[in-house]
Amino acid sequence: MSASASFSRTDMAARLARDIPEGWYVNLGLGLPTLIPDYIPVDREVVFHSENGVLGMGPVPAKDQLDTWLINATKQNITLLRGASLFHHADSVGMIRGGHLDLCVLGAYEVAENGDIANWATLQNDVVPAVGGAMDLSAGAKRLWVLMEHTTKDGQSRIVKRCAYPLTAAGVVKRIYTNLAVLEVTERGFEVIDMAPGLDFDTLQARTAAKLYRPTTTR
Amino acid sequence: MIPERFSCHGKQKRVKTQRDEPTGNFVIDKRVRNVEEALQGIRDGAVILLGGFGVVGQPQELLTGLVHHDARDLTIVSNNAGHGSPSLPRLFATGRVAKLICSFPRPTPAPFDELYRAGKIALEIVPQGTFAERIRAAACGIPAFYTPTAAGTELARGKETRDFDGRTYVMERALRADVALIQAWRADRWGNLTYRGTGRNFNPVMAMAADLTLVQTRHFVELGELDPENIVTPGIFVDRVVQIDSEDPPPA
Repeated sequence: MSASASFSRTDMAARLARDIPEGWYVNLGLGLPTLIPDYIPVDREVVFHSENGVLGMGPVPAKDQLDTWLINATKQNITLLRGASLFHHADSVGMIRGGHLDLCVLGAYEVAENGDIANWATLQNDVVPAVGGAMDLSAGAKRLWVLMEHTTKDGQSRIVKRCAYPLTAAGVVKRIYTNLAVLEVTERGFEVIDMAPGLDFDTLQARTAAKLYRPTTTR
Repeated sequence: MIPERFSCHGKQKRVKTQRDEPTGNFVIDKRVRNVEEALQGIRDGAVILLGGFGVVGQPQELLTGLVHHDARDLTIVSNNAGHGSPSLPRLFATGRVAKLICSFPRPTPAPFDELYRAGKIALEIVPQGTFAERIRAAACGIPAFYTPTAAGTELARGKETRDFDGRTYVMERALRADVALIQAWRADRWGNLTYRGTGRNFNPVMAMAADLTLVQTRHFVELGELDPENIVTPGIFVDRVVQIDSEDPPPA
């Protein structure tokens, strides 16, 4: 029950990576989600998508492999794995909106118990607003998971009853991986399906601004 | 090799007795000699589609040409606001851009940030998928469409919505442009294009959606050298092509 009972950032990424089955097509948003591929075993065929027109995105290139014409949505240089494909942006977002991606993992400011997500930089929280592909990914992927810190730096819960920030999409988040827990968004609200080692349910509830439920079935 | 005489738009109709004669004077020859010629005819108030995702696939030399152009009151349609770009911030600095239509204007290099805060440039934020689809719709003769993206958010405020099969969709209008500035990797004189790596991004769809599609290509190849199976943008969408020995994007 110590305050330090939490997953590290890399633990969080590894915890989520464990739940991605072989064969899925996956898009990863900016920030924390970009850590996930490091924890997918090299022999597990998970195909990573990038909005700017890539399926089969590989890791950062070694110096002698660098092709500066290849970048990801974060605008970092990437490699292409065997079987990769390139396509234009309208096809790429069509892929997203058309429900062809099995999973999208985004960072967020807040997630509400009804599955609402707020993660875009609007006038409310920044000078120049920017949305990128977040609204398309949220609306279009078969599953939306969020990977984020459970609370803000000053301890405010990012897991809420209703989002205070402007929404990216309504009622779309299926699961949240935080430094404290893994939560499933269900009809009745948040079900706790995993907790950081050493953390108990009541402590987790105390740090969460929405009601938590123990899962109805044992997982 | 650029022939001395050429037609910019393939509009010069002359009877040919032998196809592909090596000395030029082709019926369809979209090659132009330099950026200035490529940019001729861009008018005040033009809506300009700008290819590229960040700096990759962004036609730097055409943009630099636009910096020195005299057309004013421009609307630039670009996924980004100049992050990493040597030329787009310079264009904003001329004060000749009235509006940016954009999905992700961050990081926000100078001078866009200052211009925006001073109210000297308008900004229309469009979700990236809607951005691409509005351009694609314009290209394909579709005036408007319904998308699930942004339903129930601030970006749908004031827009017509409609429910289909129990889900709410937002109506978005096509985004037709006067000009498209495109970066290709290979081109022939018909304007058939291929791209390199993720430099493809918005370029193919933007090339389809403007009245005047202007292309800078790294390489010119002879007609017939591009494998028809691999052409990404058919020449029908292209008006002018200029070959530029542009630099590769910087490491990122």
